Amino acid sequence: MKKNLSVVVILVIILGLCLSSTLFAAEPLKVGLVFDIGGKGDKSFNDSASRGLSWAAADFGIKRIELEPGVDADREVNLRNLAMMGYDLIIGVGFLFTDAISTVANEFPNTKFAIVDGFIPDKPNVSSLNFREQDGSFLVGMIAGLKAKEDGKDTVGFVGGMDIALINRFEAGYIAGVHYVYPECKILSAYAGDTPQAFADPVKGKELALSQYDNGAWVVYHASGLTGAGVFEAAKERKRYVIGVDSNQNYMGYIEETKESFGLTSMLKQVDVSVYLAIKSVVEGTFKGGVEVFGLDRSVKIGDNVYYGVYYALDKYNENLITSEVKAKVEEAKDKIISGEIVVPTEVSK
Amino acid sequence: MFGSIFNADFIASSIRIAIPLALAGLGGVFSERSGVINIGLEGIMLTGAFTSIAVTNFIQNPWLGILAAIIIGIFLGLIHGITCITFKANQIVSGVAINLFASGITVFFSWLLFNETQIMAKISLPIWGLSIPNLGEGSSFLRSIIIIFAHHSPLVYLTIIIFILSHLIIFRTPFGLRLRSVGEYPQAADTMGVNVIKIRYIAVMTSGALAGLAGSFLSLEQAHFFVKEISGGRGFIALAAMIFGKWTPFGTAGAALLFGFGEALAIRLQSVTAVPVQFINMVPYLLAIFVLVSAIGRAIPPAADGIPYEKEVG
Repeated sequence: MKKNLSVVVILVIILGLCLSSTLFAAEPLKVGLVFDIGGKGDKSFNDSASRGLSWAAADFGIKRIELEPGVDADREVNLRNLAMMGYDLIIGVGFLFTDAISTVANEFPNTKFAIVDGFIPDKPNVSSLNFREQDGSFLVGMIAGLKAKEDGKDTVGFVGGMDIALINRFEAGYIAGVHYVYPECKILSAYAGDTPQAFADPVKGKELALSQYDNGAWVVYHASGLTGAGVFEAAKERKRYVIGVDSNQNYMGYIEETKESFGLTSMLKQVDVSVYLAIKSVVEGTFKGGVEVFGLDRSVKIGDNVYYGVYYALDKYNENLITSEVKAKVEEAKDKIISGEIVVPTEVSK
Repeated sequence: MFGSIFNADFIASSIRIAIPLALAGLGGVFSERSGVINIGLEGIMLTGAFTSIAVTNFIQNPWLGILAAIIIGIFLGLIHGITCITFKANQIVSGVAINLFASGITVFFSWLLFNETQIMAKISLPIWGLSIPNLGEGSSFLRSIIIIFAHHSPLVYLTIIIFILSHLIIFRTPFGLRLRSVGEYPQAADTMGVNVIKIRYIAVMTSGALAGLAGSFLSLEQAHFFVKEISGGRGFIALAAMIFGKWTPFGTAGAALLFGFGEALAIRLQSVTAVPVQFINMVPYLLAIFVLVSAIGRAIPPAADGIPYEKEVG
């Protein structure tokens, strides 16, 4: 009898706790973010998403949580746990979340979801945040081609992470950009692998880049997450140029002792902006499901800075590497892409 | 196309890729020769990779970073020894536990100490040897020789010395004889007065030291970075190299070089052919299977490998 009583008491307490969280309706919006392979601290894709969440936290005073799935199966578990804990908006960072978000979004139709890089067009509670990576890659491809041409070199390179359609878009845009300004230029292209681990293998990235530099590549563009750290190391070792991806990685090509800079530019994929805007839409009650595309034409002012959906990075590390002439050409091409005069391919023709 | 693949840089790349596999594989040789399976090599490598970068960045001395990686490797080897030798726990389970522990603890400490999981090495070891002449000056033959033999991280030369020493220790010294006998027939060794437990502890701790050293090469020398899970399954490839090499140092080194060769080949094939990457990534493994069936033949492990030693009483 006594035992039964204690069980009842515990149940009442648990029930009370559950109710209390729903009763106080005035509490801030709760946003959960679940990371991709590489996780927080990758100085690239995931950190960009995390930055968007921080901006939103500063501007809207939301309650936030960030989770890092340990193994593949954790993705769905993490999403479901957040949904059960009453999170209002749950964001999955990366295309790997496609299946997990589809499943969990059906189970929790009143919870809002967003997926970066995924394509889930048909659910009212899921917003797919997509980017025109090929357009940004086209611009950095032009910069690579112009640099090679200026220095009298005939080869550039590309190192991708996992060989999937998403990363092929980076490659296709890059190749088109290089050939737009330098049709005779040779392009070496390689991928680190065909599993998600290919985004987290800097040792492999370095060897891939070294082999391209040794075969004459003057600039190497990487779209490979953490693997790219190795590409930057190879660039500094061979004293050739490298182009970063997703976040501004220009500083990673800087050698402190010699004050030399090999980070030519970075293709900015403003995941932070997309995450920020997704949260903003929930705060303002304008959230809608479907596909959101961020390209060169989408600009947003956050704080004092204007951000584009995709762009190329200019800062103190590469200001001496990119002449005003190059910049003018790139800006011109940018306008042509926006107007549709240049159509950037999304697939590599082999 | 041929010339852009098979050149001196290709050989140098094969060697770099092979070094961590060879060192960790040699660790496996010591451990399994004494009768203890150590699949924790992967985790020990990972921990060594983290420790070497962490210590290097704090003390500003890469040599001490490497030493720290070796010490942490010995420590993890000791833990593996305590569970498997003294407490006779299942050796596979203990190894898996070390791997899981390593992937958690390295990320935990990298957040704690550096507030990020991607740590750049502030300093690294100098390259030892001759400097590579620029293309054009000097003969290309001389240039190739320098790239292949005389332009490496000190750890590459150290690895070669370690392998020669290991071969001599295992096959030419009383200790080596005891090591092998303990792994083949510990009861007999025990009756001859060999301290089975002690030999096994030494062997497992040596394997930890070598795996830790392999890890430091990976992070400090190859990538100049620690990122989480940087070992990326190389500890298991190292075990495969050990089996390929029939539990001998030189065999293991050969197998590691073969894997390094395969991966370096795959890397270069990608840039010059239009063959899909999925197929090219099979190259190292196809090569391995081909060599296994054609040249190596059956690999027989030490007879007492994986069996805890119970002293017979009475």
